[in-house]
Amino acid sequence: MTNQSPPGTMVEVDGLARSFGKIEAVKGVSFSITEGEIFGFLGPNGAGKTTTINMLCTLLKPTTGSATLNGFDVQHDRSDVRRSIGLVFQQPTLDEYLTAEQNLRFHAYAYAVPRDLRDRRVRELLEMVELWDRRKTPVRNYSGGMKRRLEIARGLLHHPRVLFLDEPTLGLDPQTRRSIWNYLLELCERENLTIFLTTHYMDEAEHADRIAVIDHGEIAALDSPAGLKAAVGGDLVTVGTADLDAAVAEIKEHFDIEATVHDETLTFHVANGESFLPEFVRGFSQPISSIGLRQPTLDDVFLDVTGHEIRDEEIGEYDQMIQDMGRGPRHR
Amino acid sequence: MMQSETLRGTWVVAYREILRYITERSRIVSSLAMPLLLLIVFGAGFSNVIGGMAPGVDYLQFMYPGIIAITVLTTSLFAGISVVWDREYGFLREILVAPISRTGIVLGKAFGATLQASAQVALMLLIAPLLGVSLSLEVILGLIPMIVILSLGLAGLGILMASFMRSQQGFQTMMQIIIFPLIFLAGVFFPVNHVPIWMAVISKANPLTYGVDAIRQVFLGSEASEMGLGVTVGDHTMTLGQDIIIVGIMSAIMLAAAVWAFNRQE
Repeated sequence: MTNQSPPGTMVEVDGLARSFGKIEAVKGVSFSITEGEIFGFLGPNGAGKTTTINMLCTLLKPTTGSATLNGFDVQHDRSDVRRSIGLVFQQPTLDEYLTAEQNLRFHAYAYAVPRDLRDRRVRELLEMVELWDRRKTPVRNYSGGMKRRLEIARGLLHHPRVLFLDEPTLGLDPQTRRSIWNYLLELCERENLTIFLTTHYMDEAEHADRIAVIDHGEIAALDSPAGLKAAVGGDLVTVGTADLDAAVAEIKEHFDIEATVHDETLTFHVANGESFLPEFVRGFSQPISSIGLRQPTLDDVFLDVTGHEIRDEEIGEYDQMIQDMGRGPRHR
Repeated sequence: MMQSETLRGTWVVAYREILRYITERSRIVSSLAMPLLLLIVFGAGFSNVIGGMAPGVDYLQFMYPGIIAITVLTTSLFAGISVVWDREYGFLREILVAPISRTGIVLGKAFGATLQASAQVALMLLIAPLLGVSLSLEVILGLIPMIVILSLGLAGLGILMASFMRSQQGFQTMMQIIIFPLIFLAGVFFPVNHVPIWMAVISKANPLTYGVDAIRQVFLGSEASEMGLGVTVGDHTMTLGQDIIIVGIMSAIMLAAAVWAFNRQE
């Protein structure tokens, strides 16, 4: 198994599937992640993101298929896999009654971090996430952003090779989200980490080197953010003008582009919008009342590959099921 | 490999239970509340009515060892609540995904409960002189193994229940249902040899009865048992050693069941 992966491969997933009763949460996904890569799973709630993560981090047994991580099989070398990964879950998993330092110490003991490294590492990480001054404060007095930062620090304590981030900034305000991403990107460089990220925030997915668009338990597309957007058909140009039919004909003749009419506006895709626009304005003979250029977003990508928009649905059936398996209902 | 993961799991989980115990003063008070309440209410209510249970043994001296057993019970079952809590507040995932074995987690919770039970019993012992119960080094040394064995088994029972319970409410309801019959039919408040036959049968089938009897024999000596305060099965009055064997077997079964139940959940 291990020997089949090309060098530099950190995660290798082959036909991984998981059903809960009759519901197929993940329907056989395959992909591989290179060392040092930020790999994103983009999809709505209930698409199978968390189920896949749970299988990769040995919390859930696959129904069929296999996966290796850092060269270890997720079903057979569970302990080695666990030592190789750090996890930041969707929901907090801190002991709120203990202090930040106590939480990290517990983690260090549980992962058998050598004694001479322990204190140094705890301090280094707490300083990095700017919680060193608050280390003696019980976690229940922390804000949501502080808790998430502490979880990220804890996930890194035992020098994992792969950091799993399951919706790492869910429920946080935009400012906190930005600052958490700054930490993550800095870390990635400093520790040569591979990051496996799930999200349904488009802007968050932009941080990934490659994105797998996942919908209904299947991977619908897999490429870099730029590649995915290019596949949609390049930049989107919108033009307002009086005689729409004549404009469509002229654009076809002059630029060899098929334009369409949406809401009294011409719309068409071009490969490189920024250099095309000046050329277009010079060459187009009719009066232009308005002109717009927009780069395709991952929303456009998602719509393009799945045929529907990503949305903040109510909690999906799969997620519900997974929650029932792993943890009870949460009370505040 | 597997062994070190069980060992590390045990101590790391126990360590955290103790940290929690020290930081949460309310927990210390709340698990002492019931035994203290029972001691005060039954003590005040029955002392004058009942008087001497046997030559040299008054009602408080008779009941006090049983109250110690109840202290162990309420504290140890807490191991179960802590599992449910960890599940609800998410910390269980941190534990489950760590490179420690599930068996180690269960043993850690159980040993954590045992240490807490020992601390709670130590607090209860402080009031012994007020009740006319004499303490000696011999009694205290005799108590330690009894508390450990009893507590491990009851913690096992708590974790076993917690493995099937998803919510705190569910667990607490379940606790209320089992805790009172367990306590009232264990010979804490009256000798099981002097109750109606149906009650004697149930009490003698209750393993806690033998735990109470063992602790009582540690305090009062075997003479009190022979004078009718002990547990007689058929014509035979249970000795301290026999009590310990029964409790030990029950505890081993409970712990094994807890390990099994905790391992089977995904």
